[in-house]
Amino acid sequence: MSEIPILRIGDCLLVSIQVDMHDRLAMTLQDDLTQRIVADRAHGVMIDISALEIVDSFIGRMLNNIASMSRVLDAVTVVVGMRPAVAITLVELGLTLTGVRTALNVDKGLAMIRGIIDNPQNGYARRDARADREQ
Amino acid sequence: MPHDNRALAALIEKDHAAILSGWLATLKRSGKRYDSRAEATVVEQGRQLLDQLRRAAAAGQLDDITTPEWAPVRDLLEDLSRVRVADGFSTSETAAFVFSIKEPLFDALRRAPGVTADELARQIWTVTCLLDQLGLYTIEAFVRTREDMIGRQQQELLELSTPVVELWDGILALPLIGTLDSARTQIVMENLLERIVTSGAEIAIIDITGVPTVDTLVAQHLIKTISAARLMGADCILSGIRPQIAQTIVHLGLELNVVSKATMADALGLALRRTGRSIVRHGAPVSPGA
Repeated sequence: MSEIPILRIGDCLLVSIQVDMHDRLAMTLQDDLTQRIVADRAHGVMIDISALEIVDSFIGRMLNNIASMSRVLDAVTVVVGMRPAVAITLVELGLTLTGVRTALNVDKGLAMIRGIIDNPQNGYARRDARADREQ
Repeated sequence: MPHDNRALAALIEKDHAAILSGWLATLKRSGKRYDSRAEATVVEQGRQLLDQLRRAAAAGQLDDITTPEWAPVRDLLEDLSRVRVADGFSTSETAAFVFSIKEPLFDALRRAPGVTADELARQIWTVTCLLDQLGLYTIEAFVRTREDMIGRQQQELLELSTPVVELWDGILALPLIGTLDSARTQIVMENLLERIVTSGAEIAIIDITGVPTVDTLVAQHLIKTISAARLMGADCILSGIRPQIAQTIVHLGLELNVVSKATMADALGLALRRTGRSIVRHGAPVSPGA
């Protein structure tokens, strides 16, 4: 498998990572994704990592990078489908992906992106900050 | 001396009754009171141990109880320790059971015909070494059994004290009871994340009413749990923070970076609001008797 497919759902892009990531694949994904965001005028990117049993610091950094790039291109990124074991490993590694939004599954991720696109004032506020305003 | 073991075996066989009764008398004198049932058990245990001791002495060396010939004696002592742990005996009472055999056994050695003082001293030394080893083995088995028991209880406590409760559709509660150490944090985290997956919850309320103290380590464990839940797409609300704990958190300069509420009720209210729900009262409250 030479590249990771990027699917379009409305104005969202869905990336499902099913294979082990390595440097070149990650670079290709970043290239393809940024081009697709611009070409499709997408406002949301969902990265599904439910098939990944191992997420190391490299993939953690890649997810952060993709989120930052999408933000520059005015698209929100949601990482969905992280497994419990992966979440625990990332926390133990000290990688809490603070710049990335997360959702349990594709369904909830899509709803989250819709919510953010429909209420742009919430758009770039971090979830914690948004929560604080609710108090 | 190679013939010591057979001499000892023969001696036990000949003076079996005398040694046994002397042993039990010593045991009774040692202070621990036995009722009639316990006394029958002790007599039975003593007889078995003496029998096995004779057989093992006849078959093997006296200076090494790790050899296969001593396996029945070791098994017997382990069984005995296990029973005594369950019955609530102390370590010294268990050890005294083995050590009390010394006096009657030495008496029997002394009574043996035609024994010189030199030989007697040597025999007593050999037997003392042997019984010391057996006594120590008993204590080790006793302690091991007790440690196993403590380990099992800890495990049970761990499993009992980390429930994850579904308060509402999509709202989980995690009432923490007791101190949070690394092992418990791991279990709490795993339980919570598993439940987030199965229930599809978006909000988890972590209630620390039952956590006696919050220091930097506990705070770090809380932060880890909250971060892991966030990675799974669930927001956490911290509740049940007692006034002293609030002061401690501020004095220690801890930054939890999480929404916190004083009570579980407030946290549930916020969770319902965030999921777009509200609780309203229809009319006056109904008294339970009506």
